[in-house]
Amino acid sequence: MEKAKGKVISVNESLVGVENTKGAVMNGEVAYIVLEDGKRLKAEVIDVKPGKRVFLQVFEDTSWMKIGDEVEFTGLPLSVRLGPGILGTVTDGLQNPLYELVKKEWFLERGMVVAPLDESKKWHFTPKVKTGDTVSGASVLGTVPEKMFEHKIFVPFSLTEDYIVESIVSEGDYTITDTIAVIKDGKGQTKSLNMTFDWPVKQPMPFHKRSVPKETLPTGMRILDALFPIAYGGTACSPGPFGAGKTVLQHSIAKHSRADVVIIAACGERAGEAVEVFKDFPELIDPRTGKSLMDRTYIVGNTSSMPVAAREASVYLATAVGEYYRKQGLDVLILADSTSRWAQALRETSGRKEEIPGPEAFPMYISTLISAFYDRAGVEILPNGQKSSLSIIGTVSPAGGNFDEPVTQATLLSTGAFLGLSRELSDARKYPAIDRLDSNSKYPSLISEEEVKYLKDVLKEGKSIASNLLLMGERGITNEAYIAYQKSELLDAVFLQQNSFHDVDGVTNPERLRIMFDLIKYIIDAPLHIETKDDIRSHFNFLRQAFLDWNYLKLDDPKFEKQKTKIINLVKQKANVKENV
Amino acid sequence: MLRKTYENIDSIGRAILTIEAKDAHNKELAEVIYPNGQKAFAQVIALNGSKVTLQLFGGGFGVSTDCKIRFLGHPVQVGFSDQMLGRVYSGNGQPIDGGPQLVSDMIRVAGPSINPVKRLIPKNMIRTGVPMIDVFNTLVRSQKIPIFARAGEPYNRLLANIATQTDADVIIIGGVGLKYDEYHYFKERIEDAGSKSKTIMFVHTHRDSIVEGLMVPDLALAVGEQFALQGKNVFVLLSDMTQWSDYLRQVANAQDQIPANQGYPGDLYSQLASRYEKAADIEGSGSLTILGVTTMDDVTHPVPDNTGYITEGQFFMKDGYLELFGSLSRLKQQVNNKTRDDHRSIMNAMARLLSEAEERVKAQKFGSVKDDYSLRLLDYRKTFQKELMDPFRYLELEDALDLCWEILATHFKKEEVGLSSDLVESYWPNKEDFKILKIQNA
Repeated sequence: MEKAKGKVISVNESLVGVENTKGAVMNGEVAYIVLEDGKRLKAEVIDVKPGKRVFLQVFEDTSWMKIGDEVEFTGLPLSVRLGPGILGTVTDGLQNPLYELVKKEWFLERGMVVAPLDESKKWHFTPKVKTGDTVSGASVLGTVPEKMFEHKIFVPFSLTEDYIVESIVSEGDYTITDTIAVIKDGKGQTKSLNMTFDWPVKQPMPFHKRSVPKETLPTGMRILDALFPIAYGGTACSPGPFGAGKTVLQHSIAKHSRADVVIIAACGERAGEAVEVFKDFPELIDPRTGKSLMDRTYIVGNTSSMPVAAREASVYLATAVGEYYRKQGLDVLILADSTSRWAQALRETSGRKEEIPGPEAFPMYISTLISAFYDRAGVEILPNGQKSSLSIIGTVSPAGGNFDEPVTQATLLSTGAFLGLSRELSDARKYPAIDRLDSNSKYPSLISEEEVKYLKDVLKEGKSIASNLLLMGERGITNEAYIAYQKSELLDAVFLQQNSFHDVDGVTNPERLRIMFDLIKYIIDAPLHIETKDDIRSHFNFLRQAFLDWNYLKLDDPKFEKQKTKIINLVKQKANVKENV
Repeated sequence: MLRKTYENIDSIGRAILTIEAKDAHNKELAEVIYPNGQKAFAQVIALNGSKVTLQLFGGGFGVSTDCKIRFLGHPVQVGFSDQMLGRVYSGNGQPIDGGPQLVSDMIRVAGPSINPVKRLIPKNMIRTGVPMIDVFNTLVRSQKIPIFARAGEPYNRLLANIATQTDADVIIIGGVGLKYDEYHYFKERIEDAGSKSKTIMFVHTHRDSIVEGLMVPDLALAVGEQFALQGKNVFVLLSDMTQWSDYLRQVANAQDQIPANQGYPGDLYSQLASRYEKAADIEGSGSLTILGVTTMDDVTHPVPDNTGYITEGQFFMKDGYLELFGSLSRLKQQVNNKTRDDHRSIMNAMARLLSEAEERVKAQKFGSVKDDYSLRLLDYRKTFQKELMDPFRYLELEDALDLCWEILATHFKKEEVGLSSDLVESYWPNKEDFKILKIQNA
C-alpha cells in the first residue's frame, strides 16, 4: 500500500496545517515533515478537516519550515518499541535514548534519530515453546534475563488469531533484531518474530483479567503508609503549590517504594530534577535487591524546555511501558510529574486550533483524557494466575496553588488517594507537607482502620485546641487541653514528619512503622500529671528530642532498644508523679 | 544570493504585520524597508498559505503600506566575541554605547536545550556575602532563581550586588523594560565595582519597542551560553521578567490567541521555562546561573506562579528586607552540608524559632501573649530582622553563622534551641565574647 503524502499549508508554532495530496490519512498517525535541508521532523495527525486539510502537532521546533514542505504519512500510530533493554535507561518523550543522542550532539538538535532500544546488545534467550506448538498474542516464546528479572518474550499482543510455531531458535545469545521464531497462521501465511514489537502508546493494553487494588503498596513514608496509603494497582494524586515539596515526595517514593519497577515520567518539569534522579540512582543500592536503584527504573524525560507537543507523548509512553512490565508479572509504579504540564500542552494546541475553550481555556475534553489515563492503572491477573499491577501517582501543579481548577478537579475524580500539599505546612518546615486533615485515601493502610481513626482524632482535637490557644493564650486553656495539644504536636513532629534527606529517617519499613506507631500510641494514651504549662512544654520538648534521636537510629543498632526504653521512662516518670507525692 | 522584496503589506498592528509573500521560512529574519530607505528588523512568527505574519522589532508605529519587506535568509542571530565584554547592546543586538560595530561570529538565538545527560548535579556554592542567602537559602552555581518583589523594592540593587560580589567570570545583564535611571544605575554600579571588563549589557528601556524587549533574554542567554561552553562561569541577570511576560501577552493578543489566565497566553509556562532552563552546569565546560526579577503584588498572579514552578526557588523581598518565609533555594541541600558542620542545623533551628515567633505575633493581636518564653521569642524576631534580613549587609558565611549563635545566646537558654548537645558545646558563645553582635553586647 502506498503511503499518503501532503504539503505544508500553514505553520503556527507546533501546529502545522497540511494539504493531503495523495492517499488516505488516519487521525492519530505519525507523519514526517521534510525540511529543505532534509531534516525530518516527527509529527502526529490530530485533526482531519474538510477540503483535504489535516492538522499535525509537531514534536520538534518548527523553525525554518515553509509553505510547500513535503509531508510523508506513515500510516502508523505513535508507538513504543517494547522488548528487553528498557530498564535502566533514560529517554525523551519519543523514546530516543538521551545517552545515545548525546554521542551525536550536546544539544537536543531536532530531527536526530536513534534506535529506541540497543540493537547490538546480545541477550541470552531460552525458548519456552517448540516447533508445532500453537501460540497467539501474549503467548510466551521464551525468556531473557534483564537486570534482576526474567523478561518474557511475547508473541505481539496485536496478533489475536492462533498460529503454529514453524521454527524457534535454540537457547543462545541473540540481539533484539535477530529472528527468534517464525509462526504460521491458518491460511499458511508466515511471520518472522524478533524480541521486540511496537504498541500504540495511546491505546490501553487490554487486561487479561482485571482485579481491584486492595493491598497496600509500602512507600517508606509514614504519613502515606499510615494515614493516606497507596495500593498496588491504585492511583493517587498530589496537587500542591510550588515549593510545597511535590518533587521531593516523588523522589522519595521512587527510591523507597516496594514496587518491582518504577517509571518516572518527568513531563514538562525542571531538567535538573530528572538529572538528580538519573545521576544519583545508579549510585544508590536498593537494600531489598542489593542492586543499583537504576536497575529497576526507567525515566522518560521530557523536560520543560523540550518541545511541548512531546509532553503528551511522554506520559503515554511511560504508561505503555508500565503496562508492558505489568504483563511481565511485575508490580509497576509510574510517577508522573506533572500532569498539569501535559494538560497545558493540550491547552496550547487546542488554542492554536481555535477550539472553543472550556474553563481557564483548557479544552473541554481534558477531564475525559485525564480519567482515561488513570484508568490504565490496575491489578491484572495473568493467564498463569499470577497477579501483577500498575500504580500511578500523578502530581498536579494548580495555578496559584488553588485546587479549584479543571485539572485538579478532574484528577480528584479519577484517583483513589488525594495527597494535598500545603504551603502553610511547608512554610512551617513540616515535611512532608501533606495536609493531615484534608487528604484522604480509599486504600487499606498498614495499620488497622481503628488505628487510622485514632490518629485522625488526635490530630483533629489538636487542631481545634490550637485555634483556642491562638485566641486565648496558654493561660486561657486548661492543662488537660494543653496536654492534648502537645500530644498532637508530638505525633505530628515525630511520626508524620519525616526527614527525606536522612538515610535512616528517610525510609520507614512496615515493621518499623508498627513499632513506632505502638510507641506513639503508648505516649498519647499514658496518663500525665504535670502542674504548670512551662513544665508540660518542657516535658514534650524532651520527649520530642528523644523520639527524634530514636528515629535516626537504625533498627538493628544496639542503641535502638536503649533509646526506646529512655522514651518509655520519660513517660513513666511523669505518669507516676502523683503517686510518689 | 539576491533576495526578493515584497510590497503588498496586508495589515499593520502595534507589533505585528501581515504580508502576501512566497518562500518565507518560519522564524526567518526580515527587514522592513521604509520609503526613505530606513530599515528595521522583523521576524516571521506564523505562515498561512501565502499570508506571512511578522513581528516588528521596532513596533508598528510609522510603518506604512508602501514599506517593503525583504526576507534575509537566516533566523535571528547575535554576534559573539570576547570583545563584547564591557559593551552595551539594544534588544536587537545593536551597540548603543557609541562604540564601534563588531565583526564577530554569529550565533543562533533561542536554540534547543542542552541534553540533560550533559548537565552536572549542581554542587558548588556561590558566596554572595548576603546572610539571608548564604546561610538560609544558599545560591548554587547554575541555579535559576528570581527575586520576587513589589515594584519599587530595591531588587536591582541586590541583583547588581550579588553579581559583583561573587566570583563570576562573565556577567550578562538583560534589562527588560528598564526605566532610564535603572539602566544608568546598573551601568554605574558595574563600573564602580570594577566589573565592567567582564560585563555585557543588553538593554531595553521603556522608549524601545516591546518586541525588542522580548528579544533581550534570548540574546543575553545565547551569548551567556556560548561563554559557558567555553568554560566560563556566567551570571545572567534578567530584570524584569514580569514586564517581559506582559510584552508576551501583548503580542499574543495582537495575534488573536485565546488567552488562558488573566489574558496571558496558554504557553506562558513553556515560554518562561525555555528561557530559565538555559541555566546549567555543563559537564566538561562552564556554567550559566540565572538571577531574575519578577515584580509582583501577589504570588498567585500568573507570572510569579508560573515562574515558581520553573525556577529553583525564589528570594522574596518585602519592605526592603529579604524574607525568610516565602524565600526558598531548592538547591541549598546540595551544598550546605559541605560548608561548616553547624550550617544546616543552625539554619533549621533559627527558622523553627522564627516560625514559632510568627505564631506569637498573630496571638499578640488577641492580647494572649504574656509568658516570658513568648516575649523572648518576639524579641528574637526583632533582632533577627535587624541583624540578618538586611539584603545589603555584607558578611562572610562564617561570620554570619557566628552571628546566628550570638543571636540565639542573647535570647535563649541552651536547651530551648533544639540543637544537638555536640553543636551547642562547640559553638555556644559567651556574651562577653560576641564578635559580630556588638550593639547588644555594649
